[in-house]
Formats: sequence, C-alpha cells, structure tokens
Amino acid sequence: MPGGNGTPNAIRAENVCRHYTMGDSVVKALDGVSLEVQESERVAMVGASGSGKSTLLHLMAGLDRPTSGTLETRGRNLAVMSPEELAAHRRGTVGMIFQAFHLLPRMTLEENVELPLRLSEVPREARALRVREALERVGLAGRAAHRPGELSGGEQQRAAIARALVNRPSILLADEPTGNLDSHNGEEIMRLIYSLNESLHMTVVLVTHEQRLAASFAERILVLSDGRLAAEGRPGDPAVEALR
Amino acid sequence: MKVNDLLELAGRNLRESGFRNALTTAGVAVGVASLVAMLSLGAGLQGLVTDRFARSGLFNTIGVFTARDMRGMERSERRSGVLESNTRPLDDAARKEINVLPHVIEVYPEVRLLTDVSFEGRTLFTSVSGLSPSANQNEAFEKMHGRFFSGPEAAEAILHVDFARDLLAPANTPGDAFPLPMGPRAGGTPDVTDAQLDALLGKEIVLHYGEREPTPPPTEARTHTASRSGRAQNAVARSTGGDPGGADSADETVSFSVVRRERHLRIVGIVDTEPYAGITASAASRVFLPVGLAEKLHPAQASTLRDIMQAKPSASENYSALIVRVDDPAHVQPTQDALKGMGFRTFSLLDATKSLRRVFVIVDLFLAIFGSVALVVASLGIVNTLVMSVLERRREIGVLKALGASDTDVKRLFFVEAGVMGTVGGALGVLLGWLIGRAINFGTNIYLANQDLPHETVVLLPLWLIAGAVAFAIAVSLLSGIYPAARAARLDPVQVLRYE
Repeated sequence: MPGGNGTPNAIRAENVCRHYTMGDSVVKALDGVSLEVQESERVAMVGASGSGKSTLLHLMAGLDRPTSGTLETRGRNLAVMSPEELAAHRRGTVGMIFQAFHLLPRMTLEENVELPLRLSEVPREARALRVREALERVGLAGRAAHRPGELSGGEQQRAAIARALVNRPSILLADEPTGNLDSHNGEEIMRLIYSLNESLHMTVVLVTHEQRLAASFAERILVLSDGRLAAEGRPGDPAVEALR
Repeated sequence: MKVNDLLELAGRNLRESGFRNALTTAGVAVGVASLVAMLSLGAGLQGLVTDRFARSGLFNTIGVFTARDMRGMERSERRSGVLESNTRPLDDAARKEINVLPHVIEVYPEVRLLTDVSFEGRTLFTSVSGLSPSANQNEAFEKMHGRFFSGPEAAEAILHVDFARDLLAPANTPGDAFPLPMGPRAGGTPDVTDAQLDALLGKEIVLHYGEREPTPPPTEARTHTASRSGRAQNAVARSTGGDPGGADSADETVSFSVVRRERHLRIVGIVDTEPYAGITASAASRVFLPVGLAEKLHPAQASTLRDIMQAKPSASENYSALIVRVDDPAHVQPTQDALKGMGFRTFSLLDATKSLRRVFVIVDLFLAIFGSVALVVASLGIVNTLVMSVLERRREIGVLKALGASDTDVKRLFFVEAGVMGTVGGALGVLLGWLIGRAINFGTNIYLANQDLPHETVVLLPLWLIAGAVAFAIAVSLLSGIYPAARAARLDPVQVLRYE
C-alpha cells in the first residue's frame, strides 16, 4: 500500500505473525501485527520485555521471517524472499545497531566499518573514502586505527552507527541503542541518530524500553503488548500514554 | 564476497588462533609427508625396474618370429590348424616389408651361435651374438672398458668381463676344465685387475664358426662331403621336401653346406653388465660382434638344424628372428598388430611387463592407502579445529549475517580457511616427504656403497606426485570443512546476537 504521497511505505506490516514451537506448546511472539512506517519517519516501538518489539525489528531487518502475514519494505515482501535476497536486503536496504554494539574486537574501527562494504563487493578503492566519510559523520575519524576495546561505550556505539551507515541504507533499525550506555552517552547517541534522520532522510525504527527517550525522539510511538500492536500515536497521545 | 576479501578474512582468522591452526596444518603436513614418502618409494622402486628396461631400449623393441616358432604360445591357433597353413618365412622380403612399417626405425636379425673362440693358443667354447649399432645407447656400455664398435661391419669384438677373465685365467684353473657357453661361471671368476682387462683391448681373438653355404641340389638323396678353401671340411646337410618317404620330385630338394671358417676379431671393449639388462637370449652371450659383420659371416645357427629337419626348406637363408625397434614404446602395440597381420608372431617386453605393471599399481595403491591414514587423521584435526572455531566465533558469524553475509558467504569463509590449511599443509608435507625421501636415498646408498653396489635412486618424487599430493591435501581439507561450514551457515543470527 502506498504512503500518503503516493510512494511506497518504508515499512508495511499486515497481520504479521511469528510463532515459535517449543515442544508441544506454541509461543506467539507476534500475533497479527499490522502497521505502516513512512519514508524518513522516526518511529519508536515500546513495550514490556517479551512484548515482541525486538522480534518485529528482526523481521524488518530480514534476520528472520514471519510465520504468516506480509511484511514489506519499500514495496518488497520480505516473507517470500529467498535467503540470498534477504541477505541482499540486509546489505543494502537496512542498517542495524544493537544494544551490545557487536563490533568485532579483533578488527580496528576502520575494518569494522569496512565489513558491510566487503560483503556488498564494493571496489577496494572506493571503500576507504566511504569508511572515512562514515567515521567522520559519527566523529570518530581520528580513532579509525583503534580497536573497539580501546574505546568508550558511547564511542563503540557511534562506530556501530558508522558501520550501519556505510552502505547508505534507507532504513536504520536500532535495537535498544542506549541500553548499555550512561544517560549522557545515551543522549549523545540519540542526538546523532536524530541528526542522521534529519540530514540523510533515513527512516528510523527505534526499539526501546525508555519512555522518556521514545517520547523525545520519535514522531510516532508503537506500543506492543503480548505480540500485538496495542496502541499507536504521537508522543503525548492519551491512548499511547495509557499503555506505556 | 569477493575471493580476495574471503582470503584476507580467512587469513586474519587463521592468524588469530595461530598456534592451534599451525598445529592442525602441521598435522596435514605430516599426513601428506607420509603419503608422499610412501608413494615416492613406490615410484622409486618402479623406476628402478622400468628405467633399467627403458634405458636398455627393450621397451621399444619387438622380437619377430615365424608363426611356426611360436606354436607353443598360440595353442588355439595350432589346434585350428591356422599355423600349419599360414606359416610365412622370415626372409629378406619380409625384412624389407617390416622396415617400411610406420614408426619402425631399425630391423636387424638375431644372430647367435655357440662356437669356439681362440686367444693366444687357448680355445674356449662360448656363445657369440651380433649387436646392432643402437645397442651403443644401452646402459651396459656406459661404463665399459674401451669403446663400442667403430662400424656396423667392423672386424671387432666386445667381450663380457667374465669371458675376458676366462681368457686371462691360467690354463689350469677350474674354469678351463668346465667352460660354460654363457652365464656366470659356476666355479667363480678368477681375480683379474682392471689393468689386465685394459691390456686385452686391441688384441685379437679368433672366431671359429661354421658358415652355411648353399650347394647345388644333389642327385642322390644321401649326404656327401665337400671341401672348402682346402682347410675346412664339414658334413653337408641336405633335406628333401615332400613326404617323409622322399618319394616326391627331386626339384623340391635343397642342399646347403656348413663349412668351417675362422675370423680374426680385434677386442675393442669389455662390458661389466649384460646388454639389454640380460633379458634377451643374445644379451646372455659372452662375445659380441657388430650385427652387420655377424650377418655377413652367414653362420650356421641353432635354426640351421631346424631348416634341415623342416618339411619345406628354403634355398635362401631364413632368419631365426628379427629384432624390430620402433621410435616410441607407445608404438609397440600397433606395430605388433601390424606384424601379426603380416603372418608373424611377435614378442615384446611390454607384453611381459604388463603383469609387472599391474603389481606395481596394486603396490602403489596399498602404499597410498597406508600413507593416507595419517592424512585422514589430519583431516579429523581440521574438522575439530574448524568446529571449535565455529563455536568461538558464533557472535562474529551472527554479526556478519546481520550485516548482510549470506549462508553461502559464511560457508565459503570456512571452506577458504580449510583450503588454506590444506594448501599450506600440503606444500609443507611435500617438502617434508621430499626430505624423508632424500634421507632414505642417502641411507640406502651408504648401505649400497658398503656392499660395493652402484648408486640407486630408491625414492623418486615425480612432478605428478607433488601436484597430486597438494591437490589431494586441498581436497581432503575442503571435505573436512563441509561439516563445520554447514554448521556455521546454519547459525541463527537472531539467537546468536541475543545470547552472545
């Protein structure tokens, strides 16, 4: 379904289910979620632990497939993509950042940021420039030769953001990006993500359990509960506030 | 992911757990070294046998006989009567016809006679053979005293060292009492120095032989005597054709004389080992003369008696056997087929060595199996190392997948790591195997030298074995990488990133 201006939605989910079979029982991590995210929109998904927000983010990233339903990014249904197509989606359409940063400790920042370019088979001569650009954007150009262990938590998350940006994705998926950071570093990271959204017009989907963070960052908040979309609205909407 | 990126990442990963991967690679190297050492030993032993034959020129040599001479080998044909009716004489016409066959480079008759040889008043009974000029390439002549014949019809002789010792032995040695026509002397050989042997060179020996000479058909069906040159006189053999009763017409009767002759020959060389590796009948002779000269002598040979006895003798002299040399061992079989098509029977060493080659193939197979055991053990080491690596790098694999690596990329990464261990291990193994081979050769030759035996290459490392061993090591490594690579590719990034 097209967005409001006639272009495809950045993300569209229709009755998405993700069920896990554990022995005789079925765990419904997601149970009939339908939503839309517009291009360049900042969306925060909130909810209690086990509400399904991370599962939905992983489905959007193409790391997992829905058990049923339709999940489209820019008009392409992830549910029917082959493993190779999903890998291409992860390389080109989305960038991911994680709570635990997930930088490879044996590589320098430069090498970590270069990894997605290697996977995308970007020519070697073009890589150095794009890595430098990405590191400059997050303010780590001077630490390119450092290993993750030599950086603070905030710097590591910024390096992870540079790695997510380097392939110039249209959607940034952030899974609790401030969860391992103190409040000061957390705010800095959120300001950085905000500026990327503003300057690069990237769609941002943020998963967080911090209500204040979601309210200050997102244009729209999706509240998930027991695998269902319980409410959605702008920060401050009574329906959203009631469920948060 | 591009190959150079895969190699770079694999190299980085292998360096990270350098000691463990080095041990695994060393295991592959030991496995390959074991395989290489075993197979190069097999190749060396095979080379010892076949090279000697090849150097002697026997692998591109065919013996040609009349069908009648090979009856024992063709029983089925004899039973069917084919040989009786299709026997073709091995005469000059046949020789010319064979000479123009494709790939034939030399045709010469086998001339071999048992006769007396005199030297400085002593006469010894021995076997004499003609040698073709091509025999000069024979390894027997590599370390001879003196030289080869100066020409194909030169009045020269080459002696086997045993016969030369007999010539030099005092008259009362046991060797004189029981002269052997061929082969090593049963009573042992007298001690003769190299200087004494060299002193024989240039001296003359006298060959006493019987010349086969055609005579006009006799009017009676009985033998008579003839005198030649006033100094040689011998019995005349005559044969009548037709039925054994001799009732057929006299025009089928052919006679020839065997006349005693002498020929002075200059000793030009003395050989230590038999020509043609001692395999052919002529190689077992003790005195050799140029085959052109041997032909001109028209000596009565063993086959002469057969000519006397045969039902339809020929007035012209038939060859007992022709030796045909072709340009390449690969052309032996087609030439043999052509010769058979002409009505002759043939024999080549390739026929005789077929079973020998089969034995070597089986020996090589078993050596390879035993040698591969260590490589199989090493391949288990690769599996173990890579499985450990998958367990240790679960988070890295999950991150790679989250960043866009496909299952194939992950599999390739582990395959490349396995392949690098196989390649490096294979190369080191070949080097180690070569060193082991050198050590075996060195030790063996010390032993051979102590036994006063010539230097031999017992262990041989041919190029095909080097390439094959490295390729085999890579193949085994890649096979070993299948399970770990599949396990890595199966990892669920969601689970890994959540719990690692």
